[in-house]
Amino acid sequence: MAVDLDRCTGCEACVTACHAENNIPTVGPEQAGRGRAMHWIRVERYWEGEFPDVRVRFRPVMCQQCDAAPCEPVCPTYASHHTDEGLNAQVYNRCIGTRYCANACPYNVRFFDFFNPQWPKPLHLQLNPDVSLREVGVMEKCTFCVQRISAAKIAARADKRDLKDGEITPACAQACPSKALVFGDLNDPESEVSRLSQSARGSKLLEDLGTLPKVTYLERQSGV
Amino acid sequence: MSEATARRLSDDLLRPLLETSWRFWLLVVFLGAIVATGLGTWFYQMYHGFGMTGINMPVYWAFYVTTFVFWIGISHAGTLISAILRLVNAGWRRPVTRCAEVITVFALMIGALFPIIHLGRPWLFFWLIPYPNQRMIWPNFRSPLVWDFFAITTYLTGSVLFLFLPMIPDFALVRDKTTGLRRRVYGALALGWQGTPKQWHRLESAMQIMAIAIIPVAVSVHTIVSFDFSMAPVPMWHSAIFGPYFVAGAIFSGIAALILAMAALRKFLHLEAYLHPVHFQNLGKLLLMMSLLWAYFIFNERLTVWYGNATAEREVLLVTQRGSFAPLFWTMVVCNFVIPFVVLSVKRLRTIAGCVVASLTVVVGMWLERFLIIVPSLSHKYLTYTWGHYRPQPVEIIIVSSTFAAMMLLYVLFSKLVPIISIWELKVGEHYVADTAPPQAAAHPLLRAHP
Repeated sequence: MAVDLDRCTGCEACVTACHAENNIPTVGPEQAGRGRAMHWIRVERYWEGEFPDVRVRFRPVMCQQCDAAPCEPVCPTYASHHTDEGLNAQVYNRCIGTRYCANACPYNVRFFDFFNPQWPKPLHLQLNPDVSLREVGVMEKCTFCVQRISAAKIAARADKRDLKDGEITPACAQACPSKALVFGDLNDPESEVSRLSQSARGSKLLEDLGTLPKVTYLERQSGV
Repeated sequence: MSEATARRLSDDLLRPLLETSWRFWLLVVFLGAIVATGLGTWFYQMYHGFGMTGINMPVYWAFYVTTFVFWIGISHAGTLISAILRLVNAGWRRPVTRCAEVITVFALMIGALFPIIHLGRPWLFFWLIPYPNQRMIWPNFRSPLVWDFFAITTYLTGSVLFLFLPMIPDFALVRDKTTGLRRRVYGALALGWQGTPKQWHRLESAMQIMAIAIIPVAVSVHTIVSFDFSMAPVPMWHSAIFGPYFVAGAIFSGIAALILAMAALRKFLHLEAYLHPVHFQNLGKLLLMMSLLWAYFIFNERLTVWYGNATAEREVLLVTQRGSFAPLFWTMVVCNFVIPFVVLSVKRLRTIAGCVVASLTVVVGMWLERFLIIVPSLSHKYLTYTWGHYRPQPVEIIIVSSTFAAMMLLYVLFSKLVPIISIWELKVGEHYVADTAPPQAAAHPLLRAHP
């Protein structure tokens, strides 16, 4: 995935879309105030400069799907593991809730189900049947909408063709009005995401830690 | 040793087993009630969800893991100290070893509960164990939590053996002195001990082997506990000093726990004739040395981080030393260094009461030390947007405090069922008992100067 920081307006449509697509519980204001909000993607807000010359900067952060993911070796039950495609997957049913992966994750993008999930009415009517619900005591995180990836792969195989670039769009990228989020196959050198990842503006989040993230952030160029 | 002294030894040390006062039952009921409250609170937490604790994003580990490390640390008192004292054949060890070894066993049992209590789904804890199953799924042997499982079970098995071996002749003694059901139970525990030369020889070699084998196990256990932290790329966790630092801290808090246990036994079981001020002074000196070693390690750790000046690590360092964790940090320094150093290095203060005060502060300080290793790092990881806070909730405080009652309860029950001072070791040793010191020892100029 590539994230163009110049295009991000901080509207948080991605956050809402992600909640709807992935059956992420809303925990309510009291629990959110205690740091239990579960946003698989979040828009980080930073201020630069001193008043009155203040600028606000947005940075959407989701699981970086690291190639050398610190969360994977520490999980005692293989709930957090690497798939053949290079995704960092979480097996909810295998998770016993040591929360070690969340401590090891430098990006803090792994979330814990502190209670059994609940949806205030009428949100309970819009649960996505393609995504499993998580019970109390397990970790969950961004999957790059693995259900959409699987569905597109199955459809392509049924039609006996290869996947086309842009055929798979995660909910966050689909909802982004300014097209700041671009998803695709990094192994395909022709894909748009590959092209953007090679950009001179591109950098990885906390690159020095050596986690080899798969998300590229395109730095701001404009002064505003 | 005269026949009369030997008989007096047996009578004195078997008295707690044979006579029970109402105060014992009151204490057991009181401690049992606290333990039951703790258990009930744990079920309450499981029923309502882990959210009853103060854990949040990003502080996913706090009170429970702190207390886990704390109890595993306490467990280093017994076996390690007793093994070293046995190997160097220190005569004064004889009344100390058993009450030390049993701390290890109970502290490990309690400590090992915490990784289960802190699980999101504790009913599935057995997935940490490599057991054959039809799904052919094994635990992840790369995970330090799985290393923990092996380290703790090895140490617990070894410590139980190490505790049990020297108890065999004493079980036989109890068997011979009692009747009825008690005779049968202790007879079974004595494993057919008859005191033949062959049995003595085997016991001696088995104890020697265990004493040597248990030392590397003890060192490895707390190193592996430290790996839980140092293997994760978290600021101020990912440090090469953590292994020896944790081992030193573990022995430090362990000695403090041993001094407290000995002082309590001396007072409540009236063992003044067996646990002398010299035992407390010797252990006090050991505690002083460990306090200095601990100060050396923490100074090393913090100085390198300060000079390294890496962005994330510096933030954790500053929030601990000057920021919101500073009151806890400086309390820890006072508890672990200032008070023990002053009290234990001045000879006039190194009395039993002085050693108890110093040990109490060390126990508090070492609990704080583990808390300050875990929470400031987690609440101040790399992305400032995700920085957070932690505040313990009632369930955590109740469960953690109830484990202290559990330790006391187990200890009280143990000292009721087993002679807490090894009777046969006192008998075979030339240990100074009341006024029956062997003349050549009493005549020694050093002993005269420091009785």
